[in-house]
Parts: sequence; structure tokens; C-alpha cells
Amino acid sequence: MDKIVKDNRAPVSQKPLVMAKVDKDAIGATVGIEINGNPYKVMLGTTILEACRENNIHVPTLCYHEDLCLAGVCRVCVVEVEGMNTLQAACTFPIINKVKVRTTSEKVRKARRHVLDLMLSEHYGECYSCHRNGNCELQKLAKEYGVDSYKFGHIQERRYKIDRSSYAVVRDMDKCILCKRCVRTCIDLQEVGVLEAINRGDKTKITTFMDKPLAEVVCISCGQCINRCPTGALKANDPSDEIWNVIDDPSKHVVIQTAPSPRAAIGEEFGLPAGISMTKQMNRALKMIGFDKVFDTNFSADLTIMEEGTELLLRLKKKLVEGDNNVRLPQFTSCSPGWIKYIEHFYPEYLDYLSTCKSPQQMFGAVIKTFYANENKIDPANIVTVALMPCSAKKFECNRPEMNASGFKDVDYGLTTRELAQMIREAGLFLPDLPPDTFDEPFGEASGAGLIFGATGGVMEAALRTAYELVTGRVVPFENLDILPCRGFDGVKQASVKLENVKPEWSFLEGVDLNFMIAHGTANAKKVMEALVRGELSNIHFIEVMACPGGCLGGGGQPIPTSPEIRKKRAEAIYQEDAGLPVRKSHENPHITYIYEKFLTEGPCGHLSHKLLHTHYVKRGKYIG
Amino acid sequence: MIKNKSILFNRENLGDCLAIALNKNPQDILMEIRESNLKGRGGAGFPTGTKWMLAAASLANKKYVVCNADEGEPGTFKDRVLLSDFPDLVFEGMVISGYAIGAQKGFMYLRGEYSYLLKQLNDQLEKMLKEKRLGKNILGKGYDFEIEIRLGAGAYVCGEETALIESLEGHRGEARNRPPYPVNTGFMGNPTIVNNVETFVTAAIIMSRGGEWFTKLGTGKSKGHKLVSVSGDCEEPGVYEVPFGISINELLKMVKAKNAKAVQVGGASGYCACEGEFERQISFEDLSTGGSIMIFNQSRDMLHVLRNFMEFFVEESCGQCTPCRIGNKKLLEGVEKIEQGDCSLSYLRELIELGKTMKIASKCGLGQSSPTPFISIMTNFEQEIFSQR
Ligand SMILES: Cc1cc2nc3c(=O)[nH]c(=O)nc-3n(C[C@H](O)[C@H](O)[C@H](O)COP(=O)(O)O)c2cc1C
Ligand code: SF4
Repeated sequence: MDKIVKDNRAPVSQKPLVMAKVDKDAIGATVGIEINGNPYKVMLGTTILEACRENNIHVPTLCYHEDLCLAGVCRVCVVEVEGMNTLQAACTFPIINKVKVRTTSEKVRKARRHVLDLMLSEHYGECYSCHRNGNCELQKLAKEYGVDSYKFGHIQERRYKIDRSSYAVVRDMDKCILCKRCVRTCIDLQEVGVLEAINRGDKTKITTFMDKPLAEVVCISCGQCINRCPTGALKANDPSDEIWNVIDDPSKHVVIQTAPSPRAAIGEEFGLPAGISMTKQMNRALKMIGFDKVFDTNFSADLTIMEEGTELLLRLKKKLVEGDNNVRLPQFTSCSPGWIKYIEHFYPEYLDYLSTCKSPQQMFGAVIKTFYANENKIDPANIVTVALMPCSAKKFECNRPEMNASGFKDVDYGLTTRELAQMIREAGLFLPDLPPDTFDEPFGEASGAGLIFGATGGVMEAALRTAYELVTGRVVPFENLDILPCRGFDGVKQASVKLENVKPEWSFLEGVDLNFMIAHGTANAKKVMEALVRGELSNIHFIEVMACPGGCLGGGGQPIPTSPEIRKKRAEAIYQEDAGLPVRKSHENPHITYIYEKFLTEGPCGHLSHKLLHTHYVKRGKYIG
Repeated sequence: MIKNKSILFNRENLGDCLAIALNKNPQDILMEIRESNLKGRGGAGFPTGTKWMLAAASLANKKYVVCNADEGEPGTFKDRVLLSDFPDLVFEGMVISGYAIGAQKGFMYLRGEYSYLLKQLNDQLEKMLKEKRLGKNILGKGYDFEIEIRLGAGAYVCGEETALIESLEGHRGEARNRPPYPVNTGFMGNPTIVNNVETFVTAAIIMSRGGEWFTKLGTGKSKGHKLVSVSGDCEEPGVYEVPFGISINELLKMVKAKNAKAVQVGGASGYCACEGEFERQISFEDLSTGGSIMIFNQSRDMLHVLRNFMEFFVEESCGQCTPCRIGNKKLLEGVEKIEQGDCSLSYLRELIELGKTMKIASKCGLGQSSPTPFISIMTNFEQEIFSQR
């Protein structure tokens, strides 16, 4: 039984199809099929939906999502397959012989319309009072099928209470259509497994273990479920009303830091195709909205590299030179709050492997309410720090009780890309049309190293650019500083860099292969952790983990929809911007040099750094009281 | 106990089914079952020989046999009789099928409410183990097979074979997407055959009496005899063995039913025949049943009967697919509207159309058959129902 639970967390019915063994040579690897009377050739085992999409034939879907295993439950994508009595779900039907398919026959249209009418009859609320108005898949389908009345009635009363317990995710199950995308996201894509359907029949609902509030279960706040919800049932905990309030309050000095990923995606909220950076237009929008200062989180990403890189080198020294066996290696990155919560819940015995560095968001908050406040003679009590993040877990992170090193709440609000887009709309602005603007000083210009934090592998690449140079005095041996083994979307990547001709103070690293791994998505993190538990990672030095598939650019606060293609485009935008920046290494960022000269005078990992920029973790475990 | 004289389920001159089977090679068993034209007794009527052959042809190290003893269809209680009176033949049928398809393990998925049979069934397994009719090297033929009994927890949908397999695996009982079918991808992803209790007993008996003998019973497309559980308004309810092709009238006579107005064939999800249809036959070509026959006499209110059925489905839908989860609820609400006298005829037509959609668009057999009583009762008894309100 143990094995079943471990290897097979998602029910088989929700796994991708396991194909019957067929003799491909005998029938040829492609099959000739007919869709709506036209002949096509497709690969054996293709689903009808894939076959249709390859050939630009529209089939509506709702429970289907490219990132997720199949469910076949909404029944919106049904099509007619000749010779079968019942309609078939196009998303799950594998083509293993010649089939004749009809995608818009009378039966099909009628069935789809019925299915929609049924869903709408149970879908509480009105579109105009929903945050997904204009970007809701159910609404879109209703339009596509010309729904102009509630044929089977419309539910008038709430059935469920909205769960607002979590700092990150708000669940309104009255808007749920039971497509189970969130369930599949949580258990199959992320392998966390917080959400599941309970009860039967019309009492079926999606909920948590023992029907507890989300804050009391092992939710890691990654918000991946939000990104895949087709309706308004899931959303992030939106602080924008409070942010408007402090903006409107003249006594408050409101500072916003903007992470690298939102700028690469926010254009999508305004109808632009994925992959167009909006950094400069966004700066303008933020200033027009009324933020007093607009800073670049890339600055504190650079700061993170200095601290985390130094921490790694110190760990290596302690272990290799001093033979200290209490030092834990590999060192894991700690910038992703979803990942932190994941390891706190699922591998609480391994917290010592985490870097003690705070994430860039929290480092920035602490620096603003100390160094910045002091230099600019502003009472930190009157400073409000907002963090524009691609992430919902950042909302949880800034509310962690230990995050008040400045003596105040270091970061007051975590704001997602989607929520900022909404504020921009509310301010009457159309982002793509705005003139460009720069960040504000002193935390304006940052390095490309900080920027690429947004993509999986970015932290590793940034760290290597600095650490290699620190140790050898030479730039990393990769063309244009592009450390390609760190890039791309493989679930777990592994590579190494040889350290040769090192500087005398690092002589113990001479000839060492620096081995590193990169994982994105907690399902992949789990693979890495299991390998660590089995003792297989003793030769690895540094591991980057991001909770979200694709890294931050695929975060739970990013524009909806998401797909592998969209994430790839966002990554391209980030790498392109990095390539064009004058400074591409964290340690060469002049503001970094400045802050270590003026403020953190003991250097990285010094006393003040430890007080302001480092943190500790909580052994949460799986059972929460 | 079977109430009338059994031809099929009769131990007289019955040989040792297991020994006869294990003396053949697996291919011959498959051929014999195929030639007997035995169709599944659980309701769907899929040819058993074909099912076993598909599983036998699937390439895999592990294969499984599952006996579906969930008997959840309202009005069915014939498997209970077989489990009480013929447990040996049920298990022998499982061993024989396992031998034929190359499986080493079998599960019996026993209806939770039948847990009182558990001890007796386990004793039977114990006895078979002792007699070397189960376990290692069965009857010295070098074939190993074990059987484990698992209890269901009362969900009707867990009688549906793929939901049953999910349940066996320890998951929520929800039907899987098909294809792939269990014969390819069943329990833990391995080829699996799921058969009804009666199917296994019948297959075992065919081993002794021969496929040819079996094809002489029944009709053209429905060979053999069938157990039916008859309940409702009649003097002698119970389990009967009937030949396929028997008409409803003949059946009513047999169980001494008077004044019958309606006969529900095939349980809650079956077809409701009205008096004008009593010459129709029980068979796969006409009115098929997994075993349930319910009789309603003139005193019954058909709308009330329908309401009972629909309440059952609203509760028992697994809830994963839209047509079944919400559709059944809408049909039940329709019944309530009629009761209150505020259902227009045009809305009733819309609901019947909805029922037709549910039949073709639902994910599994539950939602595909649950509108059948609604449509048949509303069609056959519309006048009566509306004239009374
Ligand atoms: C909702 C539902 C409930 C079912 N319940 C049972 C059951 O209780 N017993 C049974 O033998 N078959 C049941 N079936 C049929 C099974 O899915 C399957 O067809 C059968 O076990 C196959 O065995 P057979 O070929 O021997 O009939 C049910 C089907 C559905 C759709
Ligand atoms: S038809 Fe009903 S029982 Fe079957 S999968 Fe759909 S909701 Fe579940």
C-alpha cells in the first residue's frame, strides 16, 4: 500500500492514457482518419482533440488543460465517432484505428448546449460581479453557443461559504463547475494533494482534508490552481483596495518593488501576445497610479546572489577545509516561498539544507525600511512597501511573523501581476500605449543576473556568473555569459562547472567540479528530495528549486491562461532583456557595491546581513492543529 | 434459493467443472466460451468469450480477474442467491477464467451489505485451498491462483467496472475514461477482466455441460438461461431461472402477479414497460436486464415510482461528469414540478431531450442509463400522470 500511495498519488483515471500495446509496424505509425468528411493523417495514439487542434478544427473544452492529466468529466468536447452509440470525449479518445469523427453534428451541438445549460443552472452569481469577467472560459462558451436564457433555471442562493482563510488563495466554491483542474493541478502537476472531490452526486464538492479552511492544510500557496481555474472559483487574496487607500493617504510613502516576471507577462492582460516585455511602460503606469517610488526587485535579487553565493562558498569551505560535518550540502535556494512552504510541510527534517537567505522580496522590504528610510530621512512607520510579484505565495511570505527585521512588517503587501493590471485598468490607463519610464534611484538599475531570476534556472545562472568570477577571477566560460545548461524547461536539470586556476584564498576549490541541479514545479522538487533522502546527492553542491512550473514566470499570480508555449515565450522575453543590459553580473551592480560600502559594511553574510537578510524556517509537518 | 426448477443452475450430473477446465489448454477454454455465445450477466451483455480473449491477448506480466459481486442495482438479489448456494462455482469460474487469460490473482468485490456472507465465502476459499483447488499448483496442474475478497462501501457506481477498479485501488469510486478498456488497462494498469457473479457460475457450468449444450437454450442472440429477481406486486416474488425469450406476460403468470400495470425491467436504470408491451421478451435483443424485474399494479402512482428512481440517481451519481451530476437533478426537479402541477408540456419535452443527451454524453453507464426510467415512464404513462394532477 505504501508503494501505491507514493508512486501513484493521482488516480489512474486521471493519469494520461496508458496505451494498449499495439503493433505499430503492422498498421503503420500513422492512421488515416476522417473529420467532418475530410481526410487527415495522424500519429497512432493521438487523441481526437489533438488531431483536431493539429488541423485547426475547433473543439470546445473546459476540463481539459494542456498542463494537466486528462479527466474527461465536463463533457463539453464530446464528438460523434462513427460506429459508437454514445458520444466520445475528444480529449480522452485515443485514435488507434481508422475513425470517422464529426465535431459539429446535430447530436453534438445539442449535447454541448445541454451540458452548458446544466453548468449555468448551478453556477451562482452574475458575470458582472466576478473578477474573471471577460476572461472566463465558461462565459466564453456561453457566448460561443449563443446561450440567451437559463433553460434549466439558475441557482439563486449560495451553497458554500467563501474560504478566505489563506493569505494566498481565496476559494468561492459557488462558482466551481467541478472540472477538477485544481485537483489535478495540486495532486498531479504539483504533487501536493491538498484538494479533492468529496461526496457524491449533486453534493459533490472540491475541498480540503476534512473540509478544513485552506490555511489549516498543507497548501503551499503556489496558486497554480488559480492559474488553471476556468471560472472565478479561485482567485488570489487581492490587496488592491488597501493599496489604493495608502496611495490616497498623503502621510504614507508608498514604495513598490517589481519582480522580473510580471513585466514579461503583464502585456497579456492587455491583449498582447505572450513574450513582450513591458518594463518601461509599467514603470510609467505605476508612477501615474501614484506610487511614490518604483524600484526594481532585481536589485535585491543581486543582493541575494551576493549573500547566497557567499553562503555556499562558506559552507563549502567549512565542509572541505574544516571538515565540519554539521554543514549541510547541497545547499538549496530559498527564493521561492511556495517551495519553502512545501519543504516545511513535507520534508521538515531537511530545513538545514536550505540557504538561510530571505527571498529578494523580503530582503528588499528590510532594506527599504532601514537603509532607504535612513538615507532619505523618512520614518519607516510611514513607509508602505508593496511587492509586485508573479506569485501568490509571496502574500503568505510577507505575512510570516518572522518577517519584520526592520522592526516593522518588512513587506506590507504582495500584489500579483493580475491585480496590478486591474489597478492599471481602473486608473484608466492602457498599458501598451504608455510612454516609457525608468525605475527610481537608488534601486533602479539592476543587473541582468537579477532579471533572469524569473525563469527556472535563472538563480543558478546568476549565482554561477558571480561565484565563478569570485573564485577564479575570470568570467564564466560560457559564450556571452549565457549558461545554457541552466536554461530550458526540463523538470530536473543537472550540470557542472570545473573550477580551475582559482584565486589563492579559494585554493581548496582547485579542480573541483561544482555540481548543481535545477528543479521547477514541486513534483520535480519532490523527485530531488526523494533522491536526497536516499542519499544520492552527496556529490551535488547547489540546487535551485522553484515551486512553479517554469519558475516565477509561471507563478500563481501571472496572467491567465498559462501553457507551456506561453511560459516559453515569457522566458524568451526575459533572456532577451538580460542579453541587452549593460550590467549582467550581480557583483557588478553599482548599487550593490554601494550598499556593502555604506550599510552592510561587514560584507555578505556579515552580522547586519544576518539580521536583515537572512531568516529561519518552521518545521510545519503535514498535520496542522 | 432459486424458486423454480433450474436447468442451468442444477448440480445433477454436473461434473467437476474446475478439473475439466484445467485439463484443457487455455485457448480451448476461450474458444468454448466464445462458441457458447455467453454474454455478461451483469447488465451490459458484453460477450464473455471476447472479453476473456482480449485480456488473454494483452501483453503483460500481471493480469487480474475481478468478480463483480456489488449487486447494487435496485431490485436485484440474484447474485446473493448464487453466493449463498453456489459459492464453489463462483470461485471455480474465477479460477477457470484466470487460467484462460493467464492471471494469478482474483478479487471478489463484495457488496458492503453482504458482509454477512463474508465468513461463509472465506470458509469456502479456505476449503478450496485445502483441497488444492486454489493457491499453488492447483489440482497438480502447475497453475497458481489466489482470490481475495474486498468489501464495497455502498456506492452504486462502484458496480460499474472501472469505478470498481478505482475503488479496489483505494481511490474514490469514479468511472474511468474508456478506451482504454480494463482488458488492456485495468487494476493497477494491468489487463483485468471484470465479470458478474452469474457470469462466472455460468462459465464454470459450461465447462462441464459444454458450449454446444448451452447454445441450445435461449434465443438467437441470447443464449442460455438467466436468473431474474422478481419483486413488487406479485404473490411469489423471488429469484427465478428463466429462458431468454420469455415474455413479460409469461413471467407475470409464473410469479402470480395480478392487475399489473407496469413492469420495470433492468432495475432503476431499466425500461418501464406498460400493459401494451407485455408481449415483449426478456432478452438482449428486446428488453435486457441484469436480473431485476419490478412489478407495479394498478394501485401504484407511476410518478411516485419515478420519483423514487430519480432520487436514487441524484444521490448515487459519482458526481464527476456534468450530464449525470446535474442532469439527474434536473429530471428529479421536473418530477417535483409535475407533482406540484407546474410543469408545462414543453418543459417536459425539454427534459426528455435532456435525458437523451445524458444517455449519449455521460461518461459511464450510470448517467447513460439513468434517464431510461424517466423517458419510458413519461412516454408510457404521460396521460395517466397528467390526468391525475
Ligand atoms: C452504475 C452501474 C452499476 C453496475 N453495477 C453492477 C453490479 O452491481 N454488478 C454487476 O455485475 N455489474 C454491474 N454493472 C455492470 C458492470 O459495469 C460490468 O459491465 C459487469 O460487471 C461486467 O460483467 P459481465 O460482463 O459478466 O456482465 C454496473 C454498471 C453500471 C454502469
Ligand atoms: S455518468 Fe454519472 S456515475 Fe458515471 S461518471 Fe458521470 S457522474 Fe459519474
